[in-house]
Amino acid sequence: MNQAIRNSWVAAIAMFALIFGAISFVQVVGADDLKGNPLNQRAILQNYCNDRGAIIVGGEPVAESVEGTSEVCQFQRTYAQPALYAGLTGYFSRNYGATGLEVAMNDQLAGSSDQQFFDRIGQLFLGNQPKGASAELTIDPAIQKLAYDLIPDGQRGSIVVTNPKTGAILAMVSKPSYDPNLIATQDPNAETTNINELVKVPGINLNQNVSGPTGELLAPGSVFKLVDTAAALASGKYNKDSVLPNPAEMPFPGIQYKLPNYAGGNCYTQDKASFAFALQQSCNTPFASIALDLGRDAIAEQAAKFGFGEDLGDQLKLAYARGSGFPDDLDGPGLAQSAIGQKDVRATPLQIALMTSAIANNGVQMSPSLVKTVRSPDLRVIDEPQPEALRTSTTPEIARQITEWMTSAVSQGIARGAAVPGVQVAGKTGTAELGNGLNNSWFTGFAPANNPEVSVTIVMEGVDITTGAQLTSPNAKKIFEAVLNK
Amino acid sequence: MSQLSTIPKPRRNVELLLLILALSVGIGANMLVGVDQAKAFDSDFWFQSSLLAVAALVFHVVLRIRAKYADPVILPLVVALNGLGLAMIHRLDAPGEDTGNNQLRWTLIAMAVAIGVIWFLKDHRVLRRFTYISLAVSALLLILPLVPGISAGEILGARVWIRVGPMTFQPGEIAKITLAIFFAGYLSSNRDLILLAGRKIGPLQFPRFKDMGPMITAWLVSIGVLIFQRDLGSSVLFFGLFIVMIYVATSRISWVVIGVGLILGGGFVAAQVFSHVEVRIYGWLNAFSPDVYETGSRQVIEGLFGMANGGLVGTGLGQGRPDLVPFANSDMIIASIGEELGLIGLFAVVLMYVMLFTRGFRAALGTRDAFGKLLACGLSFAIALQCFVVIGGVTRLIPLTGLTTPFLAAGGSSLLANWIIVGLLLLISHTARGPVDTTPLPPGGAAEPAGIDTPTEAVKRA
Repeated sequence: MNQAIRNSWVAAIAMFALIFGAISFVQVVGADDLKGNPLNQRAILQNYCNDRGAIIVGGEPVAESVEGTSEVCQFQRTYAQPALYAGLTGYFSRNYGATGLEVAMNDQLAGSSDQQFFDRIGQLFLGNQPKGASAELTIDPAIQKLAYDLIPDGQRGSIVVTNPKTGAILAMVSKPSYDPNLIATQDPNAETTNINELVKVPGINLNQNVSGPTGELLAPGSVFKLVDTAAALASGKYNKDSVLPNPAEMPFPGIQYKLPNYAGGNCYTQDKASFAFALQQSCNTPFASIALDLGRDAIAEQAAKFGFGEDLGDQLKLAYARGSGFPDDLDGPGLAQSAIGQKDVRATPLQIALMTSAIANNGVQMSPSLVKTVRSPDLRVIDEPQPEALRTSTTPEIARQITEWMTSAVSQGIARGAAVPGVQVAGKTGTAELGNGLNNSWFTGFAPANNPEVSVTIVMEGVDITTGAQLTSPNAKKIFEAVLNK
Repeated sequence: MSQLSTIPKPRRNVELLLLILALSVGIGANMLVGVDQAKAFDSDFWFQSSLLAVAALVFHVVLRIRAKYADPVILPLVVALNGLGLAMIHRLDAPGEDTGNNQLRWTLIAMAVAIGVIWFLKDHRVLRRFTYISLAVSALLLILPLVPGISAGEILGARVWIRVGPMTFQPGEIAKITLAIFFAGYLSSNRDLILLAGRKIGPLQFPRFKDMGPMITAWLVSIGVLIFQRDLGSSVLFFGLFIVMIYVATSRISWVVIGVGLILGGGFVAAQVFSHVEVRIYGWLNAFSPDVYETGSRQVIEGLFGMANGGLVGTGLGQGRPDLVPFANSDMIIASIGEELGLIGLFAVVLMYVMLFTRGFRAALGTRDAFGKLLACGLSFAIALQCFVVIGGVTRLIPLTGLTTPFLAAGGSSLLANWIIVGLLLLISHTARGPVDTTPLPPGGAAEPAGIDTPTEAVKRA
């Protein structure tokens, strides 16, 4: 019996050997992986009570740490103009971690980035409170405010305004928004109550990875025709003089579905169309036939050249900006529908803004940027991103050709609402049917067409045709005017 | 046997010394926790520390009187673990919460009951008389959480609690002990019968089918606990307890083979049939996928993040964020300790368990009655297995199951049960280390021969 007892002890020791191995694995071998896991919020929470750097727009902090009254924490994160900037700053919370720039720039804001190594050493010896660097954004506060107010309360929508030559984002807003102070509160009960209320609001931009201009995937509708146009011109099979078939309906062998042109529009008036006319009036069947002619791969390749499928998080200094996508498996009808921005093709508002900016910038897509400068607490600049070309989306010739047609869409076509007197505006509208009688209504464009200073992308979700028309092109006009008159 | 060559020594002064060391660990930890929360050395601290110290010293004095040859390391180990647990639970108390003092209350009750066991039982062999009563009590305890009116209903997916006045209690924890007593009694009386006949298949000597009765019963009990109480951890624990005891009773590896086969079979069927088992296993394998994280693996993953955050040396007591982990003071207390005391601290804690169960096995080796050997071995193995299941679950070595970490985790039933186990182990070690008892066996242990392993040993002893 004693030998069996000794053997049982050996078995118990063997179990504990496994345990020692598992503990060593978790705490030493795998620790770095665990610390870097995106689900891990500890790095943020470790410095919850510290003096974090501010996030600054136009010289004014929109997020900063102030000395609080709480016994637990010396500093309290507060947000000025909370709803206006919530989609950019995100929140910084004790129990729910952080989102937005708060998490993406945490290293700098918390003062733990590599550039701040010597600052930290200094703080260590002087015994100062750790203080983080502050980040000044590229956002223009006036444009941000204007864009935000152009989305009516109760309406879901996003607006992205960029400088196509530099990639700088001048405004990026979405509604519904929220007050990050509600989640940054140090009262744990209020924090929980508030976040539980907020997550109930559909479409709220609590987390940019899943909502708002960088995270929400929407059917792009007709603005996707710009991809088709670029693909068509790049293929060499089409040029500015091409005549496209423009039947009222496009049948497919073997199935009942017919792809229609919009029944009320000018497209109905002719069954052949010039390229300019097709884009001006946003006819569906010409682009469907281009896509069927070129094939799925040609369209997908051009979409990728415009940045579809790319995570833009690094460029934006956001944790993540969802990649847009063009579907893989497409039969004929699926390809035809996807080519006009319906069916399975999806894009974020930011993606569409970048596509348009590439066309405006002679085919060169600039890296989008949201952060202008990062300064240490003693105001020394520790990071200042310079404009950077991200990729070549198309040739200058093709870009100019598309610009010309987009200009005629504003001057003579269905994007007339965006016209600014005395300025050449290039634009493209889009309407993606949601299947319930409502649409996602898009406008994307830039001005002045010959020397673009600003590109504007607007999407309003779940609107009827009339409302969509009122909220997109005319609002783009207001933003063009505001930027150009500065 | 080696212990025969040494003259029995009480070693109570060694125990006192170790006890002071152990108290300084627990009280020191409590002090650090208080420093972090800017309330060091307040009246609470003195109150808690002195109560723990007084209880430990009373226990020590009782051992001097009633069981002076008891192993001198067991009590200090347990006091250190319990003290550390108290400090950690106190540290994790949110403002207004009072789990720390509640745990202290339960510690005192549990120590008092353990003292009672030592004082009134005097000799563990008396328990053998209660073999079948223990079986009945075990059955009753296991059924209680399912009885309407007494049951506290389903808490966090398991039906293992009963309601006693304002409190809840987990009878399964006590059933662990009564089952061990039953197994020890049954097996020490019937081992010859079980060993007698069997068929040899290959190198393995298999028992007769009818002798497998108790094993199949134990298997069914484990499966029953799994099905009706949805308690994976206890089910593994009960079955492991039985396998090790029947193996020790018979010294036949074939029992282990059959037993492990039944576990694997039962586990496989359970994974197929019961969604809660399947969910656990899926969540274990895919813990890091975001959708699994939202629906189930959050607790484990947060625990792993915490332990990774602690790293080699830990954040220091009170400096980490173990409160981010759900159930940080009960299920996940190992992760909390791993975060704040680091790999080094956690190794120290786990080594204390190794020493504790090793001392239990040592008592099993040393004692001369089969019942005592089986009981000490079963209880020690139960502690080891319970630690393995819990710590393995927290470190994602195996799927997480809901068992408590002995002495550390918040929970009254667990403390009470484990302190009773300590009382029993101390008693058994007392007979193991003491001079050979020549008094007649207490009545009731009818068929037991005097020397168990071989008659020659009994001769050598005399």
